[in-house]
Amino acid sequence: MAETAASDKTAGARSDVTKYFQSKTPKSSVASDSLFKALLYGSAVLMLLLLGGIIITLLVESIPAIKATGFSFFTETVWDPVFQEYGALAFLVGTLLTSFLALAISIPFSLAIALYLGEYFREGAFSALLKSAVELLAGIPSVIFGFWALFVLVPLVRSIEIQLGVVPYGVGILTASLILAVMIIPYSASIGSDVISLVPAELKEAALSLGATRYEMIKKVVLPYARSGLCAGTLLSLGRAIGETMAVTMVIGNSNMMPKNIFSPSNTMASIIANEFAEATDTVHVSSLIEVGLLLLIVTLIINLLGSYIIKKMTLEQ
Amino acid sequence: MAEGRITFRIIKDVLFKAVVILSSFIMIIPLLLIIFYIIRNGIAVINWDFITSLPKPMGELGGGIANAIVGTIMLICNASVLAIPIGICAGIYLSEHKKGRIPAAVRLCMEILQGIPSIVIGIIAYSWVVVNMGTFSALSGAAALAIMMLPVIVRATEETLKLIPESLREASLALGVPYSRTIIKVIVPAGLTGILTGVLLGVARIAGETAPLLFTAFGSPFMNMNIFKPVDSLPLLIFNYATSPYPEWHAMAWGASFVLVVFVLGLNFFAKVISKKWKVQF
Amino acid sequence: MESPVLRVENFSAHFGEITVLSEVNLAVQHKRVTALMGPSGCGKTTLIRCINRMHELIPDAGVNGKILLHDDDLYKMNPILVRKKIGMVFQRPNPFPTMSIYDNVIAGYTLNGIRIKKNEKDRIVEESLQKAALWEEVKDRLHKKGTFLSGGQQQRLCIARALAMNPDILLMDEPTSALDPKATTHIERLITELKKNVTILLVTHNIAQAGRVSDFTAFLYLGELVEFGTTEKLFTVPEDKRTEEYLSGKFG
Repeated sequence: MAETAASDKTAGARSDVTKYFQSKTPKSSVASDSLFKALLYGSAVLMLLLLGGIIITLLVESIPAIKATGFSFFTETVWDPVFQEYGALAFLVGTLLTSFLALAISIPFSLAIALYLGEYFREGAFSALLKSAVELLAGIPSVIFGFWALFVLVPLVRSIEIQLGVVPYGVGILTASLILAVMIIPYSASIGSDVISLVPAELKEAALSLGATRYEMIKKVVLPYARSGLCAGTLLSLGRAIGETMAVTMVIGNSNMMPKNIFSPSNTMASIIANEFAEATDTVHVSSLIEVGLLLLIVTLIINLLGSYIIKKMTLEQ
Repeated sequence: MAEGRITFRIIKDVLFKAVVILSSFIMIIPLLLIIFYIIRNGIAVINWDFITSLPKPMGELGGGIANAIVGTIMLICNASVLAIPIGICAGIYLSEHKKGRIPAAVRLCMEILQGIPSIVIGIIAYSWVVVNMGTFSALSGAAALAIMMLPVIVRATEETLKLIPESLREASLALGVPYSRTIIKVIVPAGLTGILTGVLLGVARIAGETAPLLFTAFGSPFMNMNIFKPVDSLPLLIFNYATSPYPEWHAMAWGASFVLVVFVLGLNFFAKVISKKWKVQF
Repeated sequence: MESPVLRVENFSAHFGEITVLSEVNLAVQHKRVTALMGPSGCGKTTLIRCINRMHELIPDAGVNGKILLHDDDLYKMNPILVRKKIGMVFQRPNPFPTMSIYDNVIAGYTLNGIRIKKNEKDRIVEESLQKAALWEEVKDRLHKKGTFLSGGQQQRLCIARALAMNPDILLMDEPTSALDPKATTHIERLITELKKNVTILLVTHNIAQAGRVSDFTAFLYLGELVEFGTTEKLFTVPEDKRTEEYLSGKFG
């Protein structure tokens, strides 16, 4: 060390370094390194504990309800806290009806947007406009969708119901599905356009070179190729629809009865929790609501994992 | 005959394209309507007094949403304090350990956490915090929001740091810089833009959340600065006022909606600007 | 001749089961340029990365044998200390993107938490940039980001960053492989200039470059050190058949 230092103009800096090495042994940096690594590791493990804790809490808190109602929780339609009857079937049906109806309404539009952004117009002012509109829609809080639906969609649906001669509640499954459809379009549309833009250009050119029109190419090449990704996008938006709470709670009509048709007021699993949890005092009532939450978690979990599994598989295949 | 078939095919092609374009832009109608209603009804009630004063009792005119604005800021700040440091650390861990069982488990766990319905998160915060404290509180609401923020931050941190070239880390390590300093002083600053964007998107996600606050923060018509007491927030106030039978309160809910939308979309916009303008060039 | 700065003794390196270097012996002389050349995959980059202990950062990597800096076994020292004493320049210029030119040069100090006075810093920055022949080009924009420089300038900035730490030896891992011919000439001229003060170990896959700038050359092939000697001898009267074939372009 000395021999290089002597011949060097920056001997001053060298002595600084030497001083540093003497004053602060590398051991301390090794110690702070392992402390730092432990901190990172700890934070990551905390995430696992958090999820584990969430699932365990829901399970444990559901026990009183499971004991009290058993399997009839899934088969009974009567939910009456006054008489201590807790059957969640009506909410399960309400959830599935609203979600699938919303999905059915949204699919043509989200597919159109996906094709617009992923195939027809990948660039340009209008696709930029559409893209920002989709992002804007995704950014609006759900309570505001609910509020708007309450004051604009509900009267609209009511007038339709009057025309059709059904009981004009205005609120109900149809109204909830309509606003849900608007809310989930951004998700399935953005996943869809990503998936569609992944279709290799060679495949599309091959179809066009054989004399297919663009529509035929889309129908025969693009859509089959992107099928699993589009399904995954649909699944993920279904997951969102099932878990969505506020907008639905505000316009579904909050009826604990089994829905008779798509105009009936109803409740979803999320909306019954939102409506009753804060006021529930009875142990079994609280526990039953938590069991509904557990059920909701399991349903969304399966749908989400399936969706993201398909997407991952697709991107790996690329 | 063949001629006719080709014409038919071309007509079908053009028609399909027209349907795609039309359906795409139909989606913009509800968006425009929502924005129109918020602006028209919101602007009508918004003034300085609306922002800065507390709600008046039913029947009295005037009053504002200051309690909810303060409460929202308080909830966001507390949730950020709870979620940001841990989220960034976990994100660094994931970017540093690309393979392995624990990182894979944590990644899966973040994905699940992201998909948990917000109302369920509310139940959790209720069981963990409200039950143990014996009262609804800002803290329990912040805990619920923090859980919702975490996956966004963890993912953003991981994705950003993954993209930082290995050569940068080597440059630092080759200078004899210890691992911890390399991460804190070289890697994280290089990815700061992306992390910040993630944090802003996380805040935007929770700012509009209502469901997890229904039985945690609960809402309160008073100005409250104590995190151990119930507190109001903009989305909660909108929900409570919107579902009330009083037209005066509906008007106030529109005003609050306007404020909330401007805030949330502003955050989203800001996040976008940051990720574009401050991009670190490698 | 002075005693060598660095001695590699019976050194082997492996990734898991795969051996990438076997039984290498090499001595690097004070204030000389020693070139490591060989076809890609011959282990030259691994050897240089072993010398400042970057090799072990890769999972499953391991080593056997000794590398002595003066008389200290590098593998018995703390890697952090080793890396401070041994400077390294990489294949691609890698200035810190968040730092200015000035901060990049002084990074070895600031990142290690070494506190030095402002005028001392200024002196180190100016001297290092002068040594790296970059001072004249950047002296008016020291506080601009280093990433706005051209590739060749960025590489000289990285050389200045390594020189600022006053390393006992400067390792250069194909420093011109990402640069255009003009910038390459500039760096090569700089290397010849630098050896007046610094000991350099240069990895290159460019035979002509080894011939142009080095005093000693080692030829590695398939993880084995085939031949090592003065550049003049190795290029004119190679002892090993494989060296001769490599130099005449028969493989590699």
